[in-house]
Amino acid sequence: MSTAKDVTDASFQADVLDSEKLVLVDFWAEWCGPCRAVSPILDQIAAEHSDKIELVKVNVDDNMEIAAKYKITSIPAMKLFKGGEVVKSVIGAKPKPQLEADFAEWLK
Amino acid sequence: MSSGMTPHKELFSLRQTIIIGSGPAGYTAAIYAARANLRPLLIASSVEAGGELMKTTEVENYPGFPEGIMGPDLMAAFQAQAERFGTEIVLDDVISLDLSGDVKRVTLGNGDVHEALSVIFATGSAYRKLGLEDEERLSGHGVSWCATCDGFFFRKKTIAVVGGGDSAMEEANFLTKFADKVYVIHRSGSLRASKTMQDRSFENPKIEFLFNQTVEHIYGEEAVTGVGLRNTVDGAETTLDLSGLFVAIGADPRTHLVHGMLDFNSDGTIAVDGRSSRTNIRGVFAAGDVLDPTYRQAVTAAGSGTVAALDAEHYLASLPKDLLAGAETVAQTEPVPA
Repeated sequence: MSTAKDVTDASFQADVLDSEKLVLVDFWAEWCGPCRAVSPILDQIAAEHSDKIELVKVNVDDNMEIAAKYKITSIPAMKLFKGGEVVKSVIGAKPKPQLEADFAEWLK
Repeated sequence: MSSGMTPHKELFSLRQTIIIGSGPAGYTAAIYAARANLRPLLIASSVEAGGELMKTTEVENYPGFPEGIMGPDLMAAFQAQAERFGTEIVLDDVISLDLSGDVKRVTLGNGDVHEALSVIFATGSAYRKLGLEDEERLSGHGVSWCATCDGFFFRKKTIAVVGGGDSAMEEANFLTKFADKVYVIHRSGSLRASKTMQDRSFENPKIEFLFNQTVEHIYGEEAVTGVGLRNTVDGAETTLDLSGLFVAIGADPRTHLVHGMLDFNSDGTIAVDGRSSRTNIRGVFAAGDVLDPTYRQAVTAAGSGTVAALDAEHYLASLPKDLLAGAETVAQTEPVPA
């Protein structure tokens, strides 16, 4: 499965908000097929741009506080955090070229 | 690199057939093509492999499953069966096709180009949108086309499903597991859904029907807060407070890849010769929802996948020997151990 780190309600502050790197948070759930489909694509993008961004995952079933805080109403939801703020949000599984275009500004 | 590929040495050699689509039509075509020793390559889509049944829960009307079967499990079984007989599957998207000439070329999102003597086009249908101004903007923020995907997030809320067919009824019933109240908004006074699904919906205490209504506006800044309705009988306009709107108004054939290449019927489906799968281009066959505006069931799609594979086999057997010789080297290649 994915090599990305699992982040929880408890660790979100330290792992995401306080991070000095750009953090791409992948909100997912076990029962979400499109989440499983997009996961390897996110792994690839993160590996290709590991100097710029870090990929982490938040399971919405187990971490409802964070899911509610960021008003998640559809998954997969991918939110890019910089300095504790969401700078880009993409909802729904998309092919790799489209995700690269969506996040292009922060990947270059 | 596409994921899900077996590293065959000859992956990029000329193939006998390429199947585009991974729903019941595509996989059934693959099973028949593989058993006919055509060594098919199936292009399954990077994020939507498995087609529409991946987004449903219980499938109760596919023959052979008296207890029903979960949509994703049924598609996993289709895939396993296709692979058992030697189908190779690539999880990527077709971005362009060149169907002119004896050798067809299929270009994928990752840049790979695959060539084959025949193509089976089984890309299915894509859900129809209402076409309203705020629909895209609020997509993922209360507007959804997939109850099984997003219903989880509407626990104890009041939501609505737009539509009157079996899909709309299934979605509405599924959503009552989470929501407190589910309205079904339908533009006429009678439903198209099967009797079984209609009765189930009428008996569900959380479902309320709003007949003769269309959705004219979707309200909400960062998330859906409600909709504006118009009565189709007397024109009266009302508003309805909602946290979510699920659109289930049908689907249109996904045919953009072959616009300008294949002949179409006036309803947007691909034109084929009688009850065969033969399109106007030699060596190009169509199966599933791209042909069928009327029935659009998994089992009718599977049936048409068989027709396409048999038509392709017949076509390949009719080709000149020198053309076939190039493709037959693939059939004789042993898989490279992974």
